[in-house]
Amino acid sequence: MTETKTSNRPRETRSGIIGRPFDRIDGPLKVRGDATYAYETTLEGIAFGYILGAAVAKGRIAEIDTAEAERAPAVLLVMTHRNAPAQPDFGPAVTPTVPEVFTRARPALNSERVRYYDEPVALVVAETFEAARAAAGLIKVRYDEEPGLYDLPAHVADAYAPKRTNAGFETDSVIGDFESAFAAAPVKVDATYRTPFEHHNPMEPHATLAAWSGNELTIHTSAQTLANPGGRRQHASHPARACAHRESVHRRRLRLQADCPCRYNPGRACCAGPAASRQDRADATTDVRQCRSSRRDDPTGASQTAIFSSASGTDTDGRLSGIAHDVWSATSSFEEYCEQTAVFARSLYAAPNRVTRHRLVPLDINRGEWMRSPGEAPGMLAFECAMDELAERLGLDPIELRIRNEPAQDPERGVPFSTRNLVACMEEGARRFGWERRNPTPGSTREGRKLIGYGMAAAIRPNYIGAATARVAIDRDGRVTARLDMTDIGTGTYTILTQIAADSLGLPISSIKVELGDSRFPRTAGSGGSWGAASAGSALHNACNALKERILKAAQSSEASPLRSTNATEASFANSEVRVGQRSAGLADLIRRIAPDGFEAEGSVAAGAATPSYKAYSQHSYGAHFAEVAVDCDTGEIRMRRMLAVMGAGRILNAKTARSQIIGGMTWGIGAALMEQTVLDRRYGHFVNHDLAEYHVPTNGDVPEMEVVFLEEHDDKANPLGAKGLGELGVCGAGAAVANAIYNATGVRVREFPITLDKLLPALPVIAI
Amino acid sequence: MQSFTYERAASAEQAAAAVAARPDAKFISGGTNLLDLMKLEIERPAHLVDISRLPLDRIEETAAGGLRVGAQVRNSDLAADPRVRSRYPMLTQALLAGASGQIRNKASTSGNLLQRTRCPYFYDRNMPCNKRQQGSGCAALQGFNRMHAVLGASEACIAVHPSDMAVAMAGLDARIETISPGGETRTIPIGDLHRLPEATPHVETALGHGEMIAAVTLPPPPPGRQVYRKVRDRASYAFALVSVAAIVEKSGDRIRSARIAIGGVAAKPWRATEAERTLAGAAASDGAFTDAAEAALAGAVGHDGNDFKIPLAKRTMRHTLAAAAESA
Repeated sequence: MTETKTSNRPRETRSGIIGRPFDRIDGPLKVRGDATYAYETTLEGIAFGYILGAAVAKGRIAEIDTAEAERAPAVLLVMTHRNAPAQPDFGPAVTPTVPEVFTRARPALNSERVRYYDEPVALVVAETFEAARAAAGLIKVRYDEEPGLYDLPAHVADAYAPKRTNAGFETDSVIGDFESAFAAAPVKVDATYRTPFEHHNPMEPHATLAAWSGNELTIHTSAQTLANPGGRRQHASHPARACAHRESVHRRRLRLQADCPCRYNPGRACCAGPAASRQDRADATTDVRQCRSSRRDDPTGASQTAIFSSASGTDTDGRLSGIAHDVWSATSSFEEYCEQTAVFARSLYAAPNRVTRHRLVPLDINRGEWMRSPGEAPGMLAFECAMDELAERLGLDPIELRIRNEPAQDPERGVPFSTRNLVACMEEGARRFGWERRNPTPGSTREGRKLIGYGMAAAIRPNYIGAATARVAIDRDGRVTARLDMTDIGTGTYTILTQIAADSLGLPISSIKVELGDSRFPRTAGSGGSWGAASAGSALHNACNALKERILKAAQSSEASPLRSTNATEASFANSEVRVGQRSAGLADLIRRIAPDGFEAEGSVAAGAATPSYKAYSQHSYGAHFAEVAVDCDTGEIRMRRMLAVMGAGRILNAKTARSQIIGGMTWGIGAALMEQTVLDRRYGHFVNHDLAEYHVPTNGDVPEMEVVFLEEHDDKANPLGAKGLGELGVCGAGAAVANAIYNATGVRVREFPITLDKLLPALPVIAI
Repeated sequence: MQSFTYERAASAEQAAAAVAARPDAKFISGGTNLLDLMKLEIERPAHLVDISRLPLDRIEETAAGGLRVGAQVRNSDLAADPRVRSRYPMLTQALLAGASGQIRNKASTSGNLLQRTRCPYFYDRNMPCNKRQQGSGCAALQGFNRMHAVLGASEACIAVHPSDMAVAMAGLDARIETISPGGETRTIPIGDLHRLPEATPHVETALGHGEMIAAVTLPPPPPGRQVYRKVRDRASYAFALVSVAAIVEKSGDRIRSARIAIGGVAAKPWRATEAERTLAGAAASDGAFTDAAEAALAGAVGHDGNDFKIPLAKRTMRHTLAAAAESA
């Protein structure tokens, strides 16, 4: 169930459209299977690519024999480093600036060097996918293999401090004197946690379809974002520039289309682009399920394995005197990637002495990729479990411990919070979940042969806003079209944008059409960082305001207007009418009279980091997760019983899509706590379990009853809509709540994720039958 | 995937002959395992003989009071058959604990028996694997072997047989009827169908090339209560870490007889005959179940990553026996 807790300050809009649990506009398409994946775009004369990945993790290609593959039936092209078009160099391991992380050259098939297992060594293009895959199997490669580094714990001594983390955060934060405070603290916890490699496992196979039409290259791909700074060029110009006989392609118009969820895959497009140019035909490079991890190419990307040291000390009342959160994370040897897994700890709890530090250990693996929620998803597993350990040591309820360390302002930035309802979320959650029934003595609640436990954890996620522009047009029939290069990666963007435009223009939902995912549309920040709704939504909100201004101005001056010569500076748009003072006109009728060709307007929003409000306020969404688990006392099997999340995330734009976002995150939290991991074989440097049978994500049977509650909030510091990001909030802390429930059930604290039964079993007592 | 030719068999004899005629031919039925392996070129048959439409899809009563299950009965149909549900409930439990609804709708009885291991090194052509490529070595032995065998393994191979159905059938003393290219038939006890790896892990069954499974015969249901317990990492769609099929027959407070098969621990469904002997005539008690579990795993050897399977199998067997004895 979902509900929005009402308070004495309801923020209903005129129309009441914003916030309502509208069904997804794209829902019927998805349910019927009519929503297409990127590679399902139908084009004439399509060819298929298959990427052959390296069979060693480090070394060089000594010999590559493609003769048999080239002779194979239906094969059009076999491309290796010997015949691939010239591409820009890879460049330094540390990308000079944060925006360039998204735009830098990542050439493929440009060298005989192998830097990680399954790095592309050849691309086969054929008439069918099957022919390409079969021919790839005929390529003979001999490698000069070199010893590589694959074991994070073994090389922690080689860790270094990067210049910054992802998203441009400071590597370290140091306030006061943690060491002394910790030494003097009467109660303390110093716990080491480990999180594994995890790979993305989207439903859609990663695929890129590249097609030339004259001098225009259209790329259909699965992407979160079309327009990272310079993104158009990032996504297309590398492969395009690589095509020597089509010089200056990057100056021509490139069309990118994001039809679906997932992150853009540079490696694949870098292969697809040149291949398309060589063939003068469309080329789809797709993969099989085994590519999901690092197999057969590097398609989906991994969250890197990490070691966390979470240390904290309190006085006897449970007030933190010092808190430290250190992380050692794997990174690739050729491109630095530092997930901000300690950054959230800078804002979560009060403590006068505090340290957060990120360190990296280079391994011979592919670069990490952003997995939701970057930073919090792995970091909070460790941090919020360590808080649970501290509460137990103090003999305090975990919620009470957090309440006692609730900061009055951002503890490291020293600025006020825009809105922060963490305590309210925990208290409301405790009441609804029946937290008072939790037995504080772990391992002591049994139902039959099941051990029952309750756990909770806090959730925090920064609120971002990215630069975005939207264009909105109204035609003579009163139909509105909104266009922006935003994506809907399954989050409900189409629906909430429709609601925002309908609300602003006083029109029914059915009059609004939202078009996304095309790089010819105005640029947005895309989907990522939980900023999509606030960024694209604010831009559209402003575009609608601009449109209304244009309409009003024309209505007051046009000869044909029934509102001519009204002089109010404001009009009300509601119920498909425009009202100025005492006069009103139907919106469609008005447009027909004054602008038979309709009107168009644009609106924009600036990146949050550049705004005074962002500098003056600490802006985050918050929440509290609760979990109940049952652990089989004979086998150690862990099964979820129920979960609850109470969230404070600003104004909720659509109660249904918001709930879906949160339960998706909670489900991911179950996966992180109980099952998700990719195992790196330390002998070969390859990921062992690289298909969906062996890489476990929660099935329906693993997901219990889930309840989501949103506290009423309106964050007027965040953006014109009052909304804050919530897409990733559901996963932040969810896994820790599960882990804490397992401890409460069993009395066994497993500090290495995922918590599988083999880690519990040795400590589970044999209970008499 | 390597290109292949395809024919649809007209009869069981003709199917067996067609495969026997070519060393590179294979039977295909549901294809839920073979097609995956072909896409990865782990299996590279040049010719496929489709036996899925042969009239081997009946479940019939036998004169002895058991059931004869045609080789082409789908897993879903076998699980749902009212006679199986009432007389062989542990077989239904095992079938429904395996794979997913979609896979069970396609998978055949004989295909389930003959499915190949899910060892990730077997599935990866870049890795050494004696089963896939004789003499290349076993990457699992010192590798990621959490899912691997603790009983009956060898230095050449520690892979497990992944079936749930076969474990229940082993506990029920099922017999495998086959037909050979010449049309002759024979019956193999299920315990003799799968081979332990020894030095030849690529030889997985007692079947000759072209010998086709026609049916599985279940003897009359043995007395006692049947329980199938599967332990896995998630609630659905996961292979067994350990599974136990147990039938306990009681007389008063004593156990008259027990049948136990363990899954997820060996290259075949592992019949725990020592444990069965331990239990026969013993008092139905925690101690007897614990002793039986110890006896069943007495020869077990772990390889680090799968060490936990030994205590897990014991604990699972203990409480499964207790559950079977409860109302037997």
